[in-house]
Amino acid sequence: MSLKIVVLAKQVPDTRNVGKDAMTAEGTVNRAALPAIFNPDDLAALEQALRLKEQNPGSTVGVLTMGPPRAGEIIRQGLFRGADTGWLLTDRLFAGADTLATSYALATAIRKIGDVDLVIGGRQAIDGDTAQVGPQVAQKLGLNQVTYVEEILSVEDGAATVRRLIDGGVETVKVPLPAVLTINGSAAPCRPQNARLVMKYKYATCPAERPADDPRASLYEERPYLTLNQWSVADVDGDPSQCGLSGSPTKVKGVVNIVFQAKESKTLTASDSDVESLVKELLNEKIIG
Amino acid sequence: MDNVFVYCEIEGTTVAEVSQELLTKGRKLASQLGVELHAVVAGTGIRGKVEDQILPYGVDKLFVFDGKGLFPYTSAPHTDILVHLFQEEKPQICLMGATVIGRDLGPRVSSSLTSGLTADCTQLEIGSYTDARTKQTYDNLLYQIRPAFGGNIVATIVNPEHRPQMATVRSGVMQKALYEGKARGEVVYPDVDSYVGPEAYVVQVLDHHVQAARHNLKGASIVVSGGYGMGSKEGFDMLFDLAKVLHAEVGASRAAVDAGFCDNDRQIGQTGITVHPKVYIACGISGQIQHIAGMQDSSIIISINSDPDAPINKIADYVITGTVEEVIPKLIKYYKQNSK
Ligand SMILES: Cc1cc2nc3c(=O)[nH]c(=O)nc-3n(C[C@H](O)[C@H](O)[C@H](O)COP(=O)(O)OP(=O)(O)OC[C@H]3O[C@@H](n4cnc5c(N)ncnc54)[C@H](O)[C@@H]3O)c2cc1C
Ligand SMILES: Nc1ncnc2c1ncn2[C@@H]1O[C@H](COP(=O)(O)O)[C@@H](O)[C@H]1O
Repeated sequence: MSLKIVVLAKQVPDTRNVGKDAMTAEGTVNRAALPAIFNPDDLAALEQALRLKEQNPGSTVGVLTMGPPRAGEIIRQGLFRGADTGWLLTDRLFAGADTLATSYALATAIRKIGDVDLVIGGRQAIDGDTAQVGPQVAQKLGLNQVTYVEEILSVEDGAATVRRLIDGGVETVKVPLPAVLTINGSAAPCRPQNARLVMKYKYATCPAERPADDPRASLYEERPYLTLNQWSVADVDGDPSQCGLSGSPTKVKGVVNIVFQAKESKTLTASDSDVESLVKELLNEKIIG
Repeated sequence: MDNVFVYCEIEGTTVAEVSQELLTKGRKLASQLGVELHAVVAGTGIRGKVEDQILPYGVDKLFVFDGKGLFPYTSAPHTDILVHLFQEEKPQICLMGATVIGRDLGPRVSSSLTSGLTADCTQLEIGSYTDARTKQTYDNLLYQIRPAFGGNIVATIVNPEHRPQMATVRSGVMQKALYEGKARGEVVYPDVDSYVGPEAYVVQVLDHHVQAARHNLKGASIVVSGGYGMGSKEGFDMLFDLAKVLHAEVGASRAAVDAGFCDNDRQIGQTGITVHPKVYIACGISGQIQHIAGMQDSSIIISINSDPDAPINKIADYVITGTVEEVIPKLIKYYKQNSK
């Protein structure tokens, strides 16, 4: 059975390697100091999608991402690894979205794409760590969901069978299509970029990414596949009041940098006498024993 | 109307500890707000088996949904129960565990009700909020406080307009305690079919396998924890010897887990377990924010580190500057000599 698969992928600041300069003196995040990467769980989601495409001839994989113009990079990264197409949702009206407004935008785009059999997202994004967008997209589309998936075992007779991790265990679950799945970062790693595809799509861009007088303008006229889909709120028939900041019920009241209260500490060496006196002190005060 | 709700999750007929921790927190919030604490639990064959695990935490009213297909958990039936119940009851706050179930269910419910949800809160408080743009002030909101950006900042989130205010909290972050005061303790058994339609049961759990936890880190009064500085898996095993003589449990930093020194179910920190022991002995752990987030409430912190400037030393009560290879055998030796 051929499948139409949409992968949800987000461009995120690499919060795993936050250096000193990434935090401003006021305790806010200096996004510019953090490299923007393909969210790790979403790469695992892409891999599961590409495997299904190989197993089910005639299937297509498209990468859907919402973000600023530079997030077009996520679609290119997807194409380099074997995706067929992609859509960038970019519009000032989408900005400032919390998870609910994000999932509204993504769900609206998926409806516009139409006839999707499987939506596969990452379990969570490393900038928010919320794991909320996948289930919320599913709810907005009225689809079944399975989260925390480690592996898609099979897709047959209109249903997917998956193995998922639960607290302290594993489950095998069968879900009828269409459905939304979210994939753990610990699932199979994504295949590397394919050199031939990199050559082919190197210059693929969304219109918003291009400079005003683009030297490659003629190239884009010759090769339409180098122009990636870019959608605004209006393009997906979205309701602006449900997008971005205005569609977000949660508000950030305040943000503080973490400062730990330094304690008075006793400093000891590794000498026998120091260690022995510490052990005795702990025993005498009934702290251990 | 306006009560505080806690969704209690179960494995079979056992109520999850995180749910009991949240009942304790929910009780405090409800008392502070002058409203009732309500709890909801859904499963199969649970009537008569779960009430005693929930009511003692100060619950005024418990909704028990007992029916076929409600265990093992699947998203749709549990969502239907909460969405319809919340439409009737209109709670102001709903708490659930930041577990696989809570993080599957919470977003689905919040999306259905268009209410905000904050994941993985580490503190919950009541306070007021003034919208910078409209200048409108809201009293008695739930402050949903959580680490963000990989743990480098802490953000306070509020949901001024939408109800319920929903939050998930990881296991071990709050502490459970039986309620000393008086709560109503009413129990009702609503008819599941009037909340869940037959189409909700389409997802089939073919196989469900859960292992009992292999350790009791959360409840341990002494934790010895190892980091990347333990050097190797063999080096790390020294901690099990130390733990044995001290009657302690063994924890680890993420770097130690990633290096394969020990299993990931022992990871302590923002993305692992939160512990509150009497004594925490950090061995070869530098003390990055994300690790400290899971152990900073330990009563006494002892750091063993070859680097006198390791960040963990700032929050330690005792700092031993030296290598783990040298210090840990001495700790074992002198403990054996001086105890009993
Ligand atoms: C989103 C996110 C979530 C995270 N969640 C967690 C989490 O839940 N838990 C967690 O722990 N980390 C977490 N981390 C990782 C965290 O940032 C650190 O990388 C990690 O805690 C470092 O572990 P470590 O202290 O063991 O290793 P290192 O930072 O490498 O420190 C090793 C220490 O050992 C000392 N040492 C070396 N040799 C010896 C010796 N022979 N004797 C004594 N001391 C020695 C060194 O001086 C050093 O201080 C997270 C990171 C991110 C971005
Ligand atoms: N802006 C976005 N564009 C595309 N996918 C997204 C976006 N935000 C979140 N997602 C998807 O939703 C998952 C969970 O995100 P989160 O709820 O933010 O942790 C991610 O792993 C992505 O698959």
